[in-house]
Amino acid sequence: MTRKIDDTTRYERLRERYMNGDLDRRSFLGLFGAAGAAYGLVTPYRAFAQSVSQVRFDGWGGVVSEALRANAFDPFTAKTGIEVVDGTFGGGDEYISRVKASQPGEYNIAHLSGVFDYARYHGLGLTTKLNEERIPNLQYVIPKLVDVFRDITDGSLSCVPYDYGTTGLAYNRKYISDEEMQEKGAKILIDEAHKGKIGGWSDWRTRMWYASLQTGQDPNGVTDEEACWDAVRAHRDLALKYWGSGAELMSLLAEEEIHVTEGWSGRIYALQEQGHDIGYMDPPNGFGWQECMFVIKGSPLEACEELLNFMLDPATSIAVAEGQSYPPALDPQKVDLGEKIPTLPAFDPTGTLSGLTFADPDYWNGHEAAWSKTFGRVQKGY
Amino acid sequence: MSVEAREARQPWILLAPAISAVTLLLLVPLIFIVVYSFWLRTATGADQVGFYLDNWQEALTDRFYRDILFSTLRIAAITTIVCALMGYPAAYFIARSRGNKVILLLLLMLPFWISYIIRTMSWINILGVSGALNTLLMSVGIIGEPLNMLYNETTVILGLVHFLLPFMVLNVFVSLDGIDTNLEDAANSLGATKWQSFIQVTLPLSLPGLAAGGLLCFVLGAGTYITPLVLGGPRDAMFANLVFEAIITQLNWPLGSALSLMLLVVLGALVMIYNRYLGMAQLMKGLG
Repeated sequence: MTRKIDDTTRYERLRERYMNGDLDRRSFLGLFGAAGAAYGLVTPYRAFAQSVSQVRFDGWGGVVSEALRANAFDPFTAKTGIEVVDGTFGGGDEYISRVKASQPGEYNIAHLSGVFDYARYHGLGLTTKLNEERIPNLQYVIPKLVDVFRDITDGSLSCVPYDYGTTGLAYNRKYISDEEMQEKGAKILIDEAHKGKIGGWSDWRTRMWYASLQTGQDPNGVTDEEACWDAVRAHRDLALKYWGSGAELMSLLAEEEIHVTEGWSGRIYALQEQGHDIGYMDPPNGFGWQECMFVIKGSPLEACEELLNFMLDPATSIAVAEGQSYPPALDPQKVDLGEKIPTLPAFDPTGTLSGLTFADPDYWNGHEAAWSKTFGRVQKGY
Repeated sequence: MSVEAREARQPWILLAPAISAVTLLLLVPLIFIVVYSFWLRTATGADQVGFYLDNWQEALTDRFYRDILFSTLRIAAITTIVCALMGYPAAYFIARSRGNKVILLLLLMLPFWISYIIRTMSWINILGVSGALNTLLMSVGIIGEPLNMLYNETTVILGLVHFLLPFMVLNVFVSLDGIDTNLEDAANSLGATKWQSFIQVTLPLSLPGLAAGGLLCFVLGAGTYITPLVLGGPRDAMFANLVFEAIITQLNWPLGSALSLMLLVVLGALVMIYNRYLGMAQLMKGLG
């Protein structure tokens, strides 16, 4: 019978031979170096060969990650034995950079926002093809949310839609009334009366989207680009701070550093639940978005599909949605979503999402290189 | 092998781990960055391999980058001066204290036990609208409305001073600690006042430490990006923030590489000038 020996034993035997004088120093160091080189070369491809004991998930952190951990990942691990290791990111741009620098299989599932992000990953060759037969719970998802992804990846899917929400206007009712918000809408972010108490996300898409609204243009088809940049500059000059994460957004509003900003619907709902008198309003053509659970090329597909199916199970999906305060992608015409979800901001009881305006991926990705660069300059006073 | 040959090889054997680490963790990535700086970013965000000078042309000729670079050097210079003014008396006090020197040095090192980001963010709780300082000023009736003290260039400098002050104090302390106190006594016995003996004896002898601390504060301050990100307003970005944005936000690794090399060359030139006139020995003492 042959006995398998581990690497430590191999090293000890080699070292013993060297110490006994059976092996000269050059051979010892050569063999040792070759072993190190072999390990280094093989490491990037280990993901393909190893048995799947864990899957890496990256998301937005804060209450969103907590909701996923408690309601999806821990129960999934208990059921399957597959551990879900979760990391966080501050934004899609930051994350795509990390994925680009990684080895295949290092990152597995990401909580991406917007169809434009999905299209960017596809453009970089990072999409894969999911076996939908292994994700039967996909049948409960709002068809409109699925179709937009299929259009990008030629009918197949590299993700499953998971939730949706809006980036609307959040305001402190102690300083700004509901009437003032209704009257000024998106233009309140460039209102001199609130100078030094205005915030905004340091995301070029959001800045340009709201600049479109402030200049009376279609966010998915700006005709006067320079007017938009002027609006972005006006906002910059009145703003106290660009926030970079959901936690920072909540902190700035809760500490009353700022009185008005655009904000993510779920995070504002969380603030309201904490007892802060923060109002939330989606202006006409407000920024709607849908989030998906995206599987990155090189990931262990079967384990990922199993996790996605588990996450889309109505009981799991509803629990996560209630925890993170974003409506789930489940179709309310097919699934009873309970009592809390219909009260969440941006919730659409019809399941058609006709009341929300989403970013056109072709339009926004077409401007991504130029506008992200220009915003970097405008942001710094140019 | 002869004894001489073995002795000649010994330093290289001892240096091998350090040289390997520097080569693998610094030189090789640096070569990658140099190569990247000549590539291009395509519309999808993928890199176009080749030899293009576009990034360098943009980095060197665009006024935007030059302005932010000068602004960064200005902020780093102000920070260094503030650190020197605040750090020298503290270092002098520690160097001349008897008995409790170790405790004072330990207290100086204490902030390093806490994450730099946490230390930077702590200013939000101190200077914020509902922070400790505003609450105190309002409770004693000095102000009626909270003051806006955060998210401007002053708070960026404040955060940098908070981060860099220990480096200055340590370098000056090492220098002062090495000065024979008999020299001051000799100056006093020859009729110099305490102030004169400090100005004419102690200060000149401690200048190498001050310069070493200044160099460290300047280089570290000019290369930071967390502090302006956390404590700065919309216009308070520093050069490292441009590198971050190019690489992370714009997914333009080639341009980000060119910008990072530009900053490296500027700061490297300062280190070279320092080395030319003062030598690195003092810096090593301070770091040690």
